Amino acid sequence: MTRTSRTFYWMVVPAFVLFFVFHTIPVLQGVFYSFTDYAGYGDWSFVGFDNYANIFGDERIRDSYLFTFQFAILSTVLVNILALAIAVGLNAKIRFRTALRGIFFLPNVMSILVVGYIFNYLFSYSLPYLGAKLGSETFSTSILANEDLAWLAIVVFAVWNATAFAVILYLAGLQTIPTELYEAAAIDGAGAWRQFRRITFPLIAAFFTINMVLSLKNFLNVFDHIIPLTDGGPGTATESISLVIYRGGFQGGDFAYQTANAVLFFIVIVAFSLFQLRILMRREVRA
Amino acid sequence: MTTDALTRSTPPAAGEAEPPPPRRRLWPGRNRDPRESFRVNWWLTALMCVLSLTVLIPLYFAIVTALKTPEELTGSGFGLPADPRWANFAEAWELTNFPRAALNSALITVGAVVLTLLTNSMVAYAISRNWHRRRFRILFFYFVSALFVPFPIIMLPVVKQTSLLFMDNQIGLIFLYTVYGLALNVFIYVGYLNSVPRELEEAAMTEGASIWTTFWRIIFPLLAPINATVGILTCLWAWNDFLLPLVVLSAPDAQTLPLVQYVFQGQFSTNYTLAFSSYLMALAPLVLVYLFAQRWVISGVMRGSVK
Repeated sequence: MTRTSRTFYWMVVPAFVLFFVFHTIPVLQGVFYSFTDYAGYGDWSFVGFDNYANIFGDERIRDSYLFTFQFAILSTVLVNILALAIAVGLNAKIRFRTALRGIFFLPNVMSILVVGYIFNYLFSYSLPYLGAKLGSETFSTSILANEDLAWLAIVVFAVWNATAFAVILYLAGLQTIPTELYEAAAIDGAGAWRQFRRITFPLIAAFFTINMVLSLKNFLNVFDHIIPLTDGGPGTATESISLVIYRGGFQGGDFAYQTANAVLFFIVIVAFSLFQLRILMRREVRA
Repeated sequence: MTTDALTRSTPPAAGEAEPPPPRRRLWPGRNRDPRESFRVNWWLTALMCVLSLTVLIPLYFAIVTALKTPEELTGSGFGLPADPRWANFAEAWELTNFPRAALNSALITVGAVVLTLLTNSMVAYAISRNWHRRRFRILFFYFVSALFVPFPIIMLPVVKQTSLLFMDNQIGLIFLYTVYGLALNVFIYVGYLNSVPRELEEAAMTEGASIWTTFWRIIFPLLAPINATVGILTCLWAWNDFLLPLVVLSAPDAQTLPLVQYVFQGQFSTNYTLAFSSYLMALAPLVLVYLFAQRWVISGVMRGSVK
């Protein structure tokens, strides 16, 4: 084997060092602090697994996990159904295809936080106005102030926002399918639904897997959507895991405790992603 | 090669060189390019147009609200303002110190994009050309595995670290975006580089060019399409990001556009119209760029997803 030129090492070593310093060390620090009672400043001592033990009895954290998973699973399912439908529509024999595609991608260009404030107004004023006109009891008040429904408002906004990117991924997948396949299927008398089931879906299975894993991972980290819409409220009804870590860590002085929460969250995310990959890949092979 | 096949089969690449507005075409029966010689499904077209309203309506709403006076904010809020109040924009401009925030956002975004393109591509090149060496393969998986590390786990230590190293400013953010971007970008670049034939660079090297020269003169220009992809993704990320600047930036005058929107939270009920002008101004720069480069942006993103 030839000797690797020194230039190649010069190309990667600085990046490796910086990555180690700004990513790996913080991860290790996080893990380390999770076994202490560090408040973010001052002295600290080791407390073993106390932080972890306390998390399991912490109602606020348990609720944040429940909310986050409920939110992430529903949003992932909705985004993928919608995005796939829109992508199939855009890939069909329609007019204004380029313009429509451009419009559907637009939300991805805009800041989630800023658009969130616009949706906040729509949910707090416009929707109740319409709700009152239609004589609906539930929708005549702001759903953001409704403890049972506020999370659905966040789902609506998150789906609105995330569909943009998913549509483009699915479109990229759809365009790898040769049109001859459809022509052949049409000659054999296969209808639109059959063509979708038998050709489209199996052939874009890989894109389906990527999209499901990516959207779930992003939604589990939800933070930007919540700040402008509910700020975690009403009460703590819509606090996500990230929000609890941020609040407790920076404002509550629970630095060590929340890093323990973050480590747990990390383990949960990895486990969930692997589990999801396994199931989806198995399905992919069968399809 | 998949990327080639993709660009070729992408409808817009086919024959529409002119910018988007399809307004000129008053006769739907006329075919503008051979791909559209099929029978247009008008029902589906109509359905898709209606669906696209879900994207456009919130924007329409933001625009009309930004032009109203506070007294006009009644009812559903979808009505047009009687007399557009452009002064809202001027006042919001002052209140948020828009030029300052826009400059910060622009500086961070441009810095992150340039530094990312120059460094991440180089790292990926070294990894891709030494794939037979275990060290480089391990490095690849080391970077890529960071994709699974949620930000909250490093958030608290990173904040301490950046303030310790005097990196709690715009320059620090540029570095962080470049370094954290490695995870995804190395993955994208290596996938692309593996399909770039080696004959060219081998020829250059037999003629005595160093690895360094070969990379900058031959490989980097060849990477143009995937550089576009990485550049677009980095740009969208750095410009719109909220959490990282929120926790890292310490000085108020270093704040980016999303952060300054907080100004309106205290006095929210009274200042909706101003707030909406400000939101629109925060969204405008990237949306305007997108309107002109729409096709390019989308094909760039698509290229990143087909490997």
